[in-house]
Amino acid sequence: MANPHDHRPGDPHSLHPPGLEEQSLARVAAVPLVELVDVSNGYGTTPALTRVSLKIWPGQFMAIVGPNGGGKTTLLRTVLGMVSATSGKVLLRGQELKRPSLERIGYVPQLETIDWNFPITVEEVIGMGFFAKSRWFGGIGENEKRKLREIMERLNLAGLGHRHIRELSGGQQQAAFIGRALLGDPELILLDEPASGLDIRSRDDVIHFLHEINHQGVAIVLTAHDLNWVAAHLPWAVCLNRRLIAEGPPNEVFTAKVLQDVYSGEMVVLHQDGMVMIGERPHAPHN
Amino acid sequence: MSFLTPFEYEFFRNGFIAAVVIGALCGFIGVYVVLRRMSYIGHGLSHAIFGGAVLSYVLNINFFIGGGLWALLAGVLIHGISHRRWVGADAAIGVVTTSSFALGVAIISTHRSFTRNIEAALFGNILGITHTDVWIVVLVSLLVSCALFVIRRPLLFSTFDPEVASTYGVSTGKIDLLFIMLLAVTVLVSTQILGVTLVAAAMVIPPVIARYLTQRFQTLLIVSPLLGAFCGAAGMLLSFVFDISSAATIVLTSAALFLLLESALIVRGKKPAASHEH
Repeated sequence: MANPHDHRPGDPHSLHPPGLEEQSLARVAAVPLVELVDVSNGYGTTPALTRVSLKIWPGQFMAIVGPNGGGKTTLLRTVLGMVSATSGKVLLRGQELKRPSLERIGYVPQLETIDWNFPITVEEVIGMGFFAKSRWFGGIGENEKRKLREIMERLNLAGLGHRHIRELSGGQQQAAFIGRALLGDPELILLDEPASGLDIRSRDDVIHFLHEINHQGVAIVLTAHDLNWVAAHLPWAVCLNRRLIAEGPPNEVFTAKVLQDVYSGEMVVLHQDGMVMIGERPHAPHN
Repeated sequence: MSFLTPFEYEFFRNGFIAAVVIGALCGFIGVYVVLRRMSYIGHGLSHAIFGGAVLSYVLNINFFIGGGLWALLAGVLIHGISHRRWVGADAAIGVVTTSSFALGVAIISTHRSFTRNIEAALFGNILGITHTDVWIVVLVSLLVSCALFVIRRPLLFSTFDPEVASTYGVSTGKIDLLFIMLLAVTVLVSTQILGVTLVAAAMVIPPVIARYLTQRFQTLLIVSPLLGAFCGAAGMLLSFVFDISSAATIVLTSAALFLLLESALIVRGKKPAASHEH
């Protein structure tokens, strides 16, 4: 299995620390931001993760892929402390995670879970990000308002603050929820299927925002179903089906064998001009 | 009879103030009740309080003290049971509130002497409101409104996106418990005016109407209490003019407003502000 820490900057054949740009290489520390050590958990008697070990490094940009029910969302929830490990440990900067509510981790849920009829504006949604710091009684001061405006400009949402959240395009909606996560100054943002249900243009907008945020040193971990999207845009992929099957750059880990293990289905993997493309193999017609 | 004639009577002035204040309070807290899909809890809590009201009467305890303790206990029980994942909130409400209501009915069946008071508990007795009752209603309304204002941000977050709110440091469990206790207190003071059977309507109809008019949460928090207060005032005046039950008239006024708005939207071929399929 590839190790994201074994990198040789400047060598195109080396395994780059996933998602790290030159300016943030110095931030690669000996201690990972988050480390799952042999973690198992589940819901009732149904196992979700089985002995998963994974390191998330500062500045990393990683996709978790796998089938429905394969434990992708559970892995994110485990990192957040929302689901506890029945065995193994979750370490945050080397310290064991005891409870949820993490100061420096932002979370962006699936858009499908949002109540789009809830009467709320774009600015109100993003402003919720201040709760991580101000908690119960704090109001929004001038500094917070300025920061809110800056983030909205950064995400191309300036001037849309008073609109209802559902009036935005899919990409803009995702940007608003990313903006909410950014208000807490996170070191790591976890996104649950940020490309799900979006058209090509919106997905392009979202990956553009995420690259920009990652270039500023924020580690990003997202779950995704579209393997071609992951292969085209993300430097590191983790293949998960309750247990961790492989991780590494997509053009190395997306092999027919690995994908067979992950999805229990036959897939065609093509390499063209340094790109990897994955397609489903059609079923043989019945006689 | 002039518009001001009913205000010559003290019982009407007391009832009018109480109806306006309770209408505004129910409209305010009702925004969260509707958005959190807790309408059934409001209805259930009022039924639970009936048991407490009857028990208070039998034990000769002040209604606000006995009923209040009973309402808080019911709120805590509902919160506790519904947070056990294997029992849904609706089932928890069903267990607690119907048991409490049944207790009230059982006590009544053995004490047949207080039919009139029980009628007041069931259907409200707005015209029997004393000067002291008005002060209690105003004070409790102020306290509940202040508490809702203080917790407005975590309450909004946990209402909109409860799971994510917890990852941002919002103690959703504590917020839920505090909210249900504030709701219990609101239902308690409203029950004396609107009655067990009608109090839920005052918490549901104004916010539903307000949602037809605005898509902004902050505006909703202003429009809904104003509508509640308006329905309270209009209902009181209409009940005096037509000599019908005040509590029923208040609810019917808000229901008429709702129907008027719905009809206007249908005629103009418009969708309400809240309607959307993503």
